[in-house]
Amino acid sequence: MLRYVLSRFVSLVVSLIVASIVIFVVIEIVPGDPAAFMLGVNARPDTVAALRAELGLDVSKVERYFAWITGMVQGDLGTSYTYRAPISEIVADRIWVSLPLAIYALLLSTLIAFPAGIYAASRRGSVGDMGVMGATQLGVAIPNFWFAMIMVGIFAIKLRWFSAGGFPGWDNGFWSGIKALTLPAIALALPQAAILARVMRSSLLDMLGEDFMRTARAKGLTRRQALWKHAVRNALIPVLTIIGLQFSFLLAGGIVIEQVFFLPGLGRLIFQSISARDLIVVESVVMLLVFLVIVVNFAVDLAYAVVDPRLRTKR
Amino acid sequence: MSLLSIQGLTLAIHDTPILRDVSFDVAKGEIVAITGESGSGKSMTALSIMGLLPRGSKAKGKVLLDGTDILTTPEPDLCKMRGNDMGMVFQEPMTALNPVQTIGDQVAEAILVHEGGGRKQALTRAAETLERVGLPNARFPLTRYPHELSGGQRQRVVIAMAIALRPKLLIADEPTTALDVTTQATILDLLRGLVDEFDMGLVMITHDLAVVSQFAERIVVMQNGQLVEKGETQHLLRNMQHPYTRALFAASGHQVNLPEPPPPAPLLQVKDVVRDYALPKLPFATARHFRAVDHVSFDLHRGERLGLVGESGCGKSTLTRAILGLEPIQGGTITLDGDPVFTGKQPNLHVRRKMQVVFQDPYGSFNPRHRVDRLIAEPFHLLETTMTPQARQDAVAKALTDVGLHPDDARKYIHEFSGGQRQRIAIARALIVAPDLIVFDEAVSALDVSVRAQVLDLLADLCRTRPLSYLFISHDLSVVRSVTDRVLVMQAGKIVEQGATDTVFTAPQHPYTQQLLAAAPVLPDIGKVTADAIE
Amino acid sequence: MKRGLILGACLTCTFVALSLLSFIWTPYDIGSLDIPNKLHPPDMVNWLGTDHLGRDIVSMIMMGARTSIAVALVAVGIGMGVGIPLGLWAAARRGTLLDEVIMRGNDLIFAFPSLVIAILITAVFGASAVNAIIAIGIFNIPVFARLTRSAALSLWERDFILAARVSGKSAFRISYEHILPNITNLMIVQGTIQFSLGILAEAALSYIGLGAQPPTASWGRMLADAQTLVSFAPHTAIVPGMAIVLMVLGLNLLGDGLRDWLDPKMRVARV
Repeated sequence: MLRYVLSRFVSLVVSLIVASIVIFVVIEIVPGDPAAFMLGVNARPDTVAALRAELGLDVSKVERYFAWITGMVQGDLGTSYTYRAPISEIVADRIWVSLPLAIYALLLSTLIAFPAGIYAASRRGSVGDMGVMGATQLGVAIPNFWFAMIMVGIFAIKLRWFSAGGFPGWDNGFWSGIKALTLPAIALALPQAAILARVMRSSLLDMLGEDFMRTARAKGLTRRQALWKHAVRNALIPVLTIIGLQFSFLLAGGIVIEQVFFLPGLGRLIFQSISARDLIVVESVVMLLVFLVIVVNFAVDLAYAVVDPRLRTKR
Repeated sequence: MSLLSIQGLTLAIHDTPILRDVSFDVAKGEIVAITGESGSGKSMTALSIMGLLPRGSKAKGKVLLDGTDILTTPEPDLCKMRGNDMGMVFQEPMTALNPVQTIGDQVAEAILVHEGGGRKQALTRAAETLERVGLPNARFPLTRYPHELSGGQRQRVVIAMAIALRPKLLIADEPTTALDVTTQATILDLLRGLVDEFDMGLVMITHDLAVVSQFAERIVVMQNGQLVEKGETQHLLRNMQHPYTRALFAASGHQVNLPEPPPPAPLLQVKDVVRDYALPKLPFATARHFRAVDHVSFDLHRGERLGLVGESGCGKSTLTRAILGLEPIQGGTITLDGDPVFTGKQPNLHVRRKMQVVFQDPYGSFNPRHRVDRLIAEPFHLLETTMTPQARQDAVAKALTDVGLHPDDARKYIHEFSGGQRQRIAIARALIVAPDLIVFDEAVSALDVSVRAQVLDLLADLCRTRPLSYLFISHDLSVVRSVTDRVLVMQAGKIVEQGATDTVFTAPQHPYTQQLLAAAPVLPDIGKVTADAIE
Repeated sequence: MKRGLILGACLTCTFVALSLLSFIWTPYDIGSLDIPNKLHPPDMVNWLGTDHLGRDIVSMIMMGARTSIAVALVAVGIGMGVGIPLGLWAAARRGTLLDEVIMRGNDLIFAFPSLVIAILITAVFGASAVNAIIAIGIFNIPVFARLTRSAALSLWERDFILAARVSGKSAFRISYEHILPNITNLMIVQGTIQFSLGILAEAALSYIGLGAQPPTASWGRMLADAQTLVSFAPHTAIVPGMAIVLMVLGLNLLGDGLRDWLDPKMRVARV
């Protein structure tokens, strides 16, 4: 077990380091002089020099990289040139929109997908199975932002059940925050739920053909008991992989959905920073997103070990 | 009244006939073996008794267990009977257990599902049952997972689940086929002990006639879904009525006629070979190794048929790969005709040309996307000169004829052939560059006995007409005995005994060899059956 | 499920045909704006209505299909062209440092969703359709590399590969002679699925302005333009959305149908 966790942890650290180098190279080295890039072609040389000093760009690239990394480890993401504020403060506000949205969507997606997948697998070939499969086929094909637009048109503009966008902030009560995130979360979750339900179904069907299912039936378990007691937990192993991958899609997909609902999350922060050419904000927020994705994948690896005892002793 | 009575059982799956008019009885405390080759319908007979037939099955006739007809019993009642009145043990212990549940929970479940009660109580009973099947709790606590057990131990867990509630009838479908011979003997002992203790009926499905003759009280022989002969074991062995039964026993004990080997002249020389595998390690820790082959030395002489026997995990497959030059070795030398077989990334074609291989699995040995001519011609890659298409075609035709197939088969795809024909094609592929040595890696283990006998005869014919040497790797002692001149016995990476085949089999010196031979079931020498019994 | 295969093939062919047709003919020229005629609901003149600049939506859909298909096709091409050789290479050198480096590199790319890659590129180079291609293409590489490697690894264990090795064939030759033909079906099916994901990703990138830029027509941009008009000109939002749904649905049905037809046991990756 320790061996497994340790090897996963080493790979987590290595991934983070390499990812940070990639991001640093793209943002701070590829454009040439970031200060000149941020100020545009018409900037006066002394303004550029001032910004260089302000951003700490007048040291070597290697020193800058290490300064960036050590800052981040200590929670200092640098200072935004457009907002004139520490990036960590700006991010702290925004992440309380983006992260709850992704988690909300993941919960919804799992809550829809598991029952649907299990139902379809247990009644393979039935009308119910075909209905679920048809619905998922459609769900996979619907772009989430379009689905969001349509939902805004119906539930916000026509029926006025929800507001069309914006976020009241958690200070105005937990439930008003949840209400504002509900349509975005549904939009994000549905296509992912469709994929997850399909994976759950096919993974379960694979398990139904396994020898140990026959053993379970020979013990006297009914078809349904064998499915619940033996197939579901084994089927979870491939499903976990997909859930891990989906979290990164939900975080990234959140960037698009935030645009539809005008939510003040990390996504909008990135777009505002791109148009303001505030590279340092883009750099830090992208690193943060990648960090979240890598950490979630690490958590999924640990979850494997919980579900699959073979990983605890082997390797 | 007998415990189980099958009367006129006829079965079709999706309108394909599987069984026709099968009838036999099993009494309390009796062991009945159903035997036959693949496709005889013996496994489907077993599943009919459990009421676990696949979807789309239509069964007629009667399967009476204590007077209850399984075929007409509704599914909920069948669920109550399974595990309670009848239990089943399957062939593959590696996959028959749920990998993510402890063995204690899996055995306890068999109790809980029928009798309810508390989990704690069920676990206590599970512990007793596991103890009974030879897994003492001190060494095998209930919290073990299946992957922490060996194949034989897992099979004991499966048996524990099947007998936890002391069913009246136990069905065992090839319960020892996937196990080593020494493990097989202990599992058979266990089953026999359970039958005596619980007064159970036992239906044992097996293709192994030696096991059948030694283990069963009555025998049922099946062929193509029909029962061809049944009777009390000793009586049936002495008075076989049906030609198929006789042919089956004759093929099982088949001895091939090998030509005399020429005087010894070394061809393959294995000297002090060591093969280590790196084990997974903690980051930054020192590497650990598993020694699969431990200082092995032997010579294979020109024109000789050499056998290599050993149980699974003894290192024979690793040694085979090293001999084939597919993997590097960590010590010693392997030379073929004086040249090393492993030459790093660039294979030495000159050496490779002298050696070919035939594998076990007749289905996995060929690229399914190529035609037979291309498959057989693959070793031509080893020749330095390029051949004209005509010459290639002629060589392929000749190789096919040599192994008893037709030249026209060259244009077919591999899926059009049976298992035995595929092994013939594999032999043709090995022959085509006229090698000095052919390595047979369990080459007949997957074949039915009658097909196996034919392939073994073919091997004998081939080495009579050309200067071929064989290295015959197998776990099957009877096969090795019939086709080799000399034999090596391998255990835990070491060669523990070697010598002339007859000497080793009749007067084994090493305790391990003695143990192996004692554990192997023997086909009795009865009537026209010309199997040489092992004393 | 032959019906799914046929329906999928028909839908896919229709969109490909429409995009090809757009090279020689569209009902109206989308280059010329007709503001007075804007936001017309569907009628006999403009079958699917006009957008906020008075452009004919049928013509826009045809031109948009061109962008979507081109971007997704090239991106899948990049994914296959780089991913399959990498996967074959890693499998041929399984267990070595090279294998480890290739696979860890792939894991790393998976930590950068295509949207994040697009953001990085746009931040430095500005937005364009090429961005979308590169971002989606890079993200496709590990999908194909992993799938190829895992399929190839199980093939490398098969006896017919051992037989080829005994015949002295090099790992490179075995890879293209024995491994590649045996994974072709799998790659075709996965390619179809990635194609459909590419269409979705392109639409998303264009929608948030990181993909195709005006005047290039794109379904994602059409939806971005329609966002504020949903309530009083719903057709501007519904039509491009339906185009995406039908195209993606068609490709998925085609992929699933091909899988069932070629080999029902095939394991494709779905993310």
